[in-house]
Amino acid sequence: MVAADSEGPKDPGIRMFRRERSIPLQGSAAALCNNLSVLQLPARNLTLFGVVHGPSAQVLSAAPDGVPLAQRQLHVKEGAGVSAPHITQVHWCVLPFRVLLVLTSHRGIQMYESDGSIMVYWHALDSGDAPSGTWSGRVLVFDIPAKGPNIVLSEELAGHQTPITDIATEPAQGQDGVADMVTADDSGSLCVWRSGPEFTLLTRIPGFGVPCSSVQLWQGIVAAGYGNGQVHLYEATTGTLNIQINAHARAICALNLAPEVGKLLSAAEDTFVHIWKLSRSPQNGCIEVEHCHSECVSDTQVCGAQFCDPSGSSFAVTGYDLTEILRFGSV
Amino acid sequence: MSVRTLPLLFLNLGGEMLYILDQRLRAQNIPGDKARKVLNDIIMTMFNRKFMEELFKPQELYSKKALRTIYDRLAHASIMRLNQASMDKLYDLMTMAFKYQVLLCPRPKDVLLVTFNHLDAIKGFIQDSPTILHQVDETFRQLTEVYGAISAGEFQLIRQTLLLFFQDLHIRVSIFLKDRVQNSNGRFVLPVSGPVPWGTEVPGLIRIRKPSDHPCLETVPRCHTLYFRMFNSKGEEVKKIEFKHGGNYVTAHKEGSFELYGDRVLKLGTNMYSVSRPVETHMSGASKNLASRTQESIAPNPLAKEELNFLARLMGGMEIKKPSGPEPGFRLNLFTTDEEEEHAALSRPEELSYEVINIQATQDQQQNEELARIMGELQITEQPRQSTTKGDDLLAMMDEL
Repeated sequence: MVAADSEGPKDPGIRMFRRERSIPLQGSAAALCNNLSVLQLPARNLTLFGVVHGPSAQVLSAAPDGVPLAQRQLHVKEGAGVSAPHITQVHWCVLPFRVLLVLTSHRGIQMYESDGSIMVYWHALDSGDAPSGTWSGRVLVFDIPAKGPNIVLSEELAGHQTPITDIATEPAQGQDGVADMVTADDSGSLCVWRSGPEFTLLTRIPGFGVPCSSVQLWQGIVAAGYGNGQVHLYEATTGTLNIQINAHARAICALNLAPEVGKLLSAAEDTFVHIWKLSRSPQNGCIEVEHCHSECVSDTQVCGAQFCDPSGSSFAVTGYDLTEILRFGSV
Repeated sequence: MSVRTLPLLFLNLGGEMLYILDQRLRAQNIPGDKARKVLNDIIMTMFNRKFMEELFKPQELYSKKALRTIYDRLAHASIMRLNQASMDKLYDLMTMAFKYQVLLCPRPKDVLLVTFNHLDAIKGFIQDSPTILHQVDETFRQLTEVYGAISAGEFQLIRQTLLLFFQDLHIRVSIFLKDRVQNSNGRFVLPVSGPVPWGTEVPGLIRIRKPSDHPCLETVPRCHTLYFRMFNSKGEEVKKIEFKHGGNYVTAHKEGSFELYGDRVLKLGTNMYSVSRPVETHMSGASKNLASRTQESIAPNPLAKEELNFLARLMGGMEIKKPSGPEPGFRLNLFTTDEEEEHAALSRPEELSYEVINIQATQDQQQNEELARIMGELQITEQPRQSTTKGDDLLAMMDEL
């Protein structure tokens, strides 16, 4: 099956996406990777957005049409340390029984209830470490109870030698050998793990001298975005490289998936956001990809991008120095 | 964030400062020998071995306030004086220029080439002074030693740290506006054409590998699909498919040189003022971005003491010679006329004030005493830890600001 090129329509009247109402931010977005987190709450007719500004992060809620409703600013917990800490990531973790908002910095990991109202857990990273020591490449695994603050560090996974850049998970399929988690690091290496009472390393995918900034996992396909603008698609169980896309002209800053339909979004510092369709050939199960859409966010070094609904019919974008979240919806 | 950022930040901002001063010295018709002396004195102070040692120690970046104080001192390392308004404008131009260069670097590692461009030009200013030339070459060697070994991931972090430092700065610079590299809202233009970074492929290609034992059924390609088949040596079938990227990129044909001498290829960091043009800045006024920054600078700064220590350390290595002999000083104006300079001083928006660390502004009496103590320990000569009148100079200078 040949992956077909979908040529950008020349007639703007049949564009796939259009700009929708932006959501203003109190502080501009910092030039970090994966600097937008989205929590979809369709049952409550709400979407939550999280963006890192620098020493603070903003968490806000918006109605389906993009009208902002409530917002909150979060900071790094006070503690010993030489300089003002910056937040490195804000991210919602959707678990079977609850949703936690996680804030990371070099000082440690802070976990909140999903609206950011109450901090339920704080894990300090060794303050005695030189800054590089805190990015030792360890993956920390926490046991989260269905309610309450009784969160426990249960495992530390060793698999990386350089700082972790991103983690992707997929609900366990229940079969042996089906991957559940992928971790990526600064050297471009990926580790594929299977969950269980303990995590088992399934396979390691070597890097090639370029950081892997973002990774996604969907139906046994690992999608990885790199500092040289490439997106690679690997078979998760074997680690085999199946598809190599020259997707962007600058470093990729974010990848995201719409799991219902297998749509993949890639965003990079080259001002572009691309949407791809992942699939498997019904004949031989080979991974396939199709380019669906490209969006140029003029003069903006994109730093975060996420789908806003599971069917991938809308997405949001943040950019360095931009004091708003840009929204795009299907026509 | 990265603890290896300060040397790059300092050297590039310093380089821009020298470009601007050189241009203004000529525009103001300062006699050649005086102009050369000013540049020589500043460069000699910048590249002083002890100062460089402090600079290259792994450390976090400090605030714009703290850094501005260093450049203040540096600009006054010779017989030249600048009023506050001119110093403000100088710092605005320096920071916006380097912000532009960082943002447009094709690869994070290219910030090193930008630094080398600045150093190459600095060597041009001091051709007749072998001692200072040697100092600059020493710094070059140190840069290569430190940054030659670090990974692409660490360079990405350095880039992010620099961009964090420059976040929310949108001062419009007349040369940038004229050259259409900056929009009227103060944002820089990010072109989607031209050569891709070295090591990146032109976007628009999808390579599909299929292990040779997988039977592949072909379908008739759609009319606008380009595809051709290639077999590699492993017998894996490789397909190539093109897609419309939206940009207009070409391959990079050459990598810039990281050697002591060489073609850097990259133009970022070279002197854009060499053709003498009046440089004006426009304060982009009421803006939401500035509001958030004002909040940060008004809030009590728990790092004030750390910053004072940092300044003391750095400036302690800054062996500034007191002007010897009857060499008359002069005042440099970054504006076209004195009236313009006065007007700029009066009309500078509050939120853009750099608030150079000023004893009188410090309300805490204890902090006053602490600063006085630190300043009292600054060195003036090779002998370490001599009590000094230099500390008084520094205090006096700060009181004037």
